Amino acid sequence: MNTELLGVIASYALTLIIAIFLGRYIAKTFAGEKTWMDFLAPLERFIYKICGINPKEEMNWKQHLKALLTINMLWFVYAFFLLIFQDKLPLNPDGNPGQTPDLAFNTAISFLVNCNLQHYSGESGLTYFTQLFVITFLQFVSAATGIAALIVVFKAFRDKTTTKLGNFWDFLVKTNTRILLPICVVIALILAFNGTPASYAGKDTIVTMQGDTVGVSRGPAAGMIAIKHLGTNGGGWFGANSIHPLENPNYLTNMTEVISQVIIPIAMIFAFGIFIRRRKFANIIFGVMTLGMLILLIPSIIQETGGNPAIAKMGVSQLTGAMEGKEVRFGPTATAYWSTVTTIISTGSVNGFHDSTMPLTGMMQLVAMMTNSFYGGCGVGILNYFIFIIIAVFISGLMVGRTPEFMGHKVEAREVKIAALVALLHPFLILAGTALSSFAIAHGWGANWAVQPGNWLNNPGYHGFSEMLYEYTSSAANNGSGFEGLGDNNIFWNVSTGFVLILSRYLPIIGPVAIAGLLAQKKYVPESAGTLKTDTATFGIMTFAVIVIIAALAFFPSLALGPIAEYFSLY
Amino acid sequence: MKKYFFPALKLTAVLIVLTAGIYPLLIAGVSKLAPGKGDGVTVENKGRVVGYANVGQNFTDDKYFQGRPSAVGYNAAGSGGSNKGPSNEDYLKVVQERIDTFLAHNPGVKKENIPAELVTASGSGLDPHLSPAAALLQVPRIAKLRNLPESKLNDLVKAHTDGPLLGMFGPSKVNVLKLNIALDNL
Repeated sequence: MNTELLGVIASYALTLIIAIFLGRYIAKTFAGEKTWMDFLAPLERFIYKICGINPKEEMNWKQHLKALLTINMLWFVYAFFLLIFQDKLPLNPDGNPGQTPDLAFNTAISFLVNCNLQHYSGESGLTYFTQLFVITFLQFVSAATGIAALIVVFKAFRDKTTTKLGNFWDFLVKTNTRILLPICVVIALILAFNGTPASYAGKDTIVTMQGDTVGVSRGPAAGMIAIKHLGTNGGGWFGANSIHPLENPNYLTNMTEVISQVIIPIAMIFAFGIFIRRRKFANIIFGVMTLGMLILLIPSIIQETGGNPAIAKMGVSQLTGAMEGKEVRFGPTATAYWSTVTTIISTGSVNGFHDSTMPLTGMMQLVAMMTNSFYGGCGVGILNYFIFIIIAVFISGLMVGRTPEFMGHKVEAREVKIAALVALLHPFLILAGTALSSFAIAHGWGANWAVQPGNWLNNPGYHGFSEMLYEYTSSAANNGSGFEGLGDNNIFWNVSTGFVLILSRYLPIIGPVAIAGLLAQKKYVPESAGTLKTDTATFGIMTFAVIVIIAALAFFPSLALGPIAEYFSLY
Repeated sequence: MKKYFFPALKLTAVLIVLTAGIYPLLIAGVSKLAPGKGDGVTVENKGRVVGYANVGQNFTDDKYFQGRPSAVGYNAAGSGGSNKGPSNEDYLKVVQERIDTFLAHNPGVKKENIPAELVTASGSGLDPHLSPAAALLQVPRIAKLRNLPESKLNDLVKAHTDGPLLGMFGPSKVNVLKLNIALDNL
């Protein structure tokens, strides 16, 4: 077997092993059981004391959401102003300028919502101060927000009937102290010892062997790159993200980064099963999600290792596959694997540029973000999947003529309405956004804009359309990767994707938390012969079908105009 | 919301100190023990720092092994790829030109032996590596210009080939900068 494929299989196997242990640990931590990290308890008590928080104060689902939204709003204001005034703040050895208001708006939201769409390049668009105090900070707390929201849902299904769903601040703090920070220290040190910069030294200037004078951007990157992956954030320190040889120096760091971005999403599935004492239910979810991943992954690997047919016609060798936008030290197999992983979960970091991948690989990346629930981002992945479960429960209930129930609670009109709204919001935002930008190009909007719509696209034809479709899909999935050829640092893209980002982050958090809270308040109906079982393979397939149908019906026309049309023009 | 405002404000301050203050300082501190002391690993040639081990650089002289095309001219002040789509006609013309240029500089090389990586731009624009095949393909040209036996250069490339991780995972590659330094010191 070839070493590139072996590397991918090993990466996935290691991910799974770590995730199983991590899942148990997470479940124990939030169930209040003893773990070997309990030595951190005094630190947490100290934090609660100075913040005036009583971690034992139980909140209901509405109070949780109020706390979540209040602190998120604070973070936005904080980040926005720091980005605008970064040139006047310390730790700016390269003398980079402040961000324009529209760019700061986009950047602050993008990192606040765990998306990490970057309409700037890290080398010139940020200072070390904002890289740490805005970007790194938000990468920690946005991941913790998603996880804390999911823990609320965990709590809702642990007991039969309850309104006491734990304390939001407690979840937020413990996610940082018990999960994110300790694992990040390990990842960051692996990176630093393999050549990723970690010191505060500024840009270096060197004279190369043949006498060219070039710069080398550096900075305290290792810690940020660790949380960027562990928290499924994805925003890179350097412009080229994890393709950059300092951000991802060798195959070992590549495996480390690709593993660390999936461990929490998978661990949360297992933690769910342990926490609500229904392991079989969690195993079915894991099975469906893994099936979804494989369906997207296998064609991507085949396409990328097969090479570009247009280049094959020129008569050169493509034994190493399609290499445009890729790096020799990773090879096309590892890049195809990364591209699938980074789009099914909401990381959006890249180790090869997606804009230059083959049309069908690009389509798999798009479909991964359009479904957005195979593993999914930190915490929010299962929240998205939960919406599809509710819809599947409702449809299956109608099909077999039984009252739809989930975890012993009746699913009624209100819950189904919320689920349907959240499920439909995603395609609406993507398609409406793409339609708007296409209209702007076709009808010559913005003749006096700094960047005119006609100059947005880096590629003509079908691929150009895919660039726009990708940008909105990535925003709505809170993913953050891009077909980076798109000229997106201008007011149209900064503002329009900014609004897509906010809506597609908070509604899909509010929806599932509300549904779970509402269900948990209801009377517990014991399981009987008439109950629709949700922990069977049949129900798993049903959920999978709901996901496929919603994605296929909503998105097929746009995919046909972009990647599918490009595929047929190439082959 | 008022009830949550002040706890949120104070907690934000604490988390900023923890994640943006203490955490990166800790990593920077421990990294003093790492190769390059956390500043990045540099490479010297004849007592002069000529580059970073992990960052590729431009070699235009035919007497040296040449790396991959770069969208940023190997200036690591920035980074980036071409972001050209696979069906872009202008892009495909550029690839064709690169093939023609390579053939002109490497007489005797057959077109079907040119690996695609030599005519396509890397993602970072700073790719420090070539596959062993892409380096070996340039040996006859360099051997002729430097009046060295080809076998000696073939051995040099082999000595500088890094195999897969643990012999099992990932591709083999050659660091072009280190190879060229060794070439100059033959």
